[in-house]
Amino acid sequence: MNITINGELLNVNSKALVEVLQRFGAVAPFAVAVNGEFIPQSQHSNYVLNEGDSVELLSPIQGG
Amino acid sequence: MQTKDCLTIYGEQIKSRLLIGSALYPSPDIMTQSIVASGAEIVTVSLRRQQSAAAGDDFWQLIKNTGLKILPNTAGCHSVKEAITLAKMCREVFATDWIKLELIGDDYNLQPDPFALLEAAKILINDGFKVLPYCTDDLVLCQRLNELGCEVLMPWGAPIGTGKGLLNSYNLKTIRERLPDTTLIVDAGLGLPSHACQALEMGYDAVLLNSAIAGAGCPITMSRAFKASVEAGRFAYKAKAMPEKDVAAPSTPTMGMPFWHQQ
Repeated sequence: MNITINGELLNVNSKALVEVLQRFGAVAPFAVAVNGEFIPQSQHSNYVLNEGDSVELLSPIQGG
Repeated sequence: MQTKDCLTIYGEQIKSRLLIGSALYPSPDIMTQSIVASGAEIVTVSLRRQQSAAAGDDFWQLIKNTGLKILPNTAGCHSVKEAITLAKMCREVFATDWIKLELIGDDYNLQPDPFALLEAAKILINDGFKVLPYCTDDLVLCQRLNELGCEVLMPWGAPIGTGKGLLNSYNLKTIRERLPDTTLIVDAGLGLPSHACQALEMGYDAVLLNSAIAGAGCPITMSRAFKASVEAGRFAYKAKAMPEKDVAAPSTPTMGMPFWHQQ
């Protein structure tokens, strides 16, 4: 299955969001959105991705 | 300064009237020293795609170590949907309901979109956020945001990063006059400590800035200058300035003038 994570195309075997995040190498702290919708941490373990989904994995950065 | 004279942000009492950004510094060390030297109790941060996990974590550790309150922003958002999603992500990562709501309407001057701002503020407030909208110096927009439940408003002094100061002091004064009980913070466009001082002199509760310190030749020294300027401006506002006059008035007594004015 193909998904996009932070703009990069990724071919994944699992549809589980947590496994995809692990494979990408996500390091806490971070927050996740799928197709522009925020997915709270409490839902990560049960969240199932679909073909073509776009995942955004965001972390703290400098801001003004 | 009296300890009771505090900045109020959604019921929280803050002693410093300078809010500081964490971006654009020459190095992480200068960022940290500048933030500490400013005396600020609130620092702005943001969220971006995780690129280098280690670098992002280093930055976050430095900010956490300052022990300051975190004000996340939605910088770069151009639509209500983007801003709402980013605000929710910020709330989870930074564990705060505070959000500096930025919604850009024009890429030339990064002017906030007033219509989208109202829409997004309404949704976020209904979702329990404490919204600090970065807005233009339009009185009616400020009134509408206030009516929605924004207890803090942050009109611009000038476009972000320009350092031009308070471009429309009439508008800013009018907003202060018409919203006497609302916490007002001038956000963006300041370049000099005197600009910050002017904002405080006219009764603004605080200023939020980043580039003026981060972009200075010596950010740490400039940070100290801004700290002093907001304190001076606040003292001046509390002291109530003398009335301006069009005609000269001598300050030295005219009674007992010496020989050259004797009748």
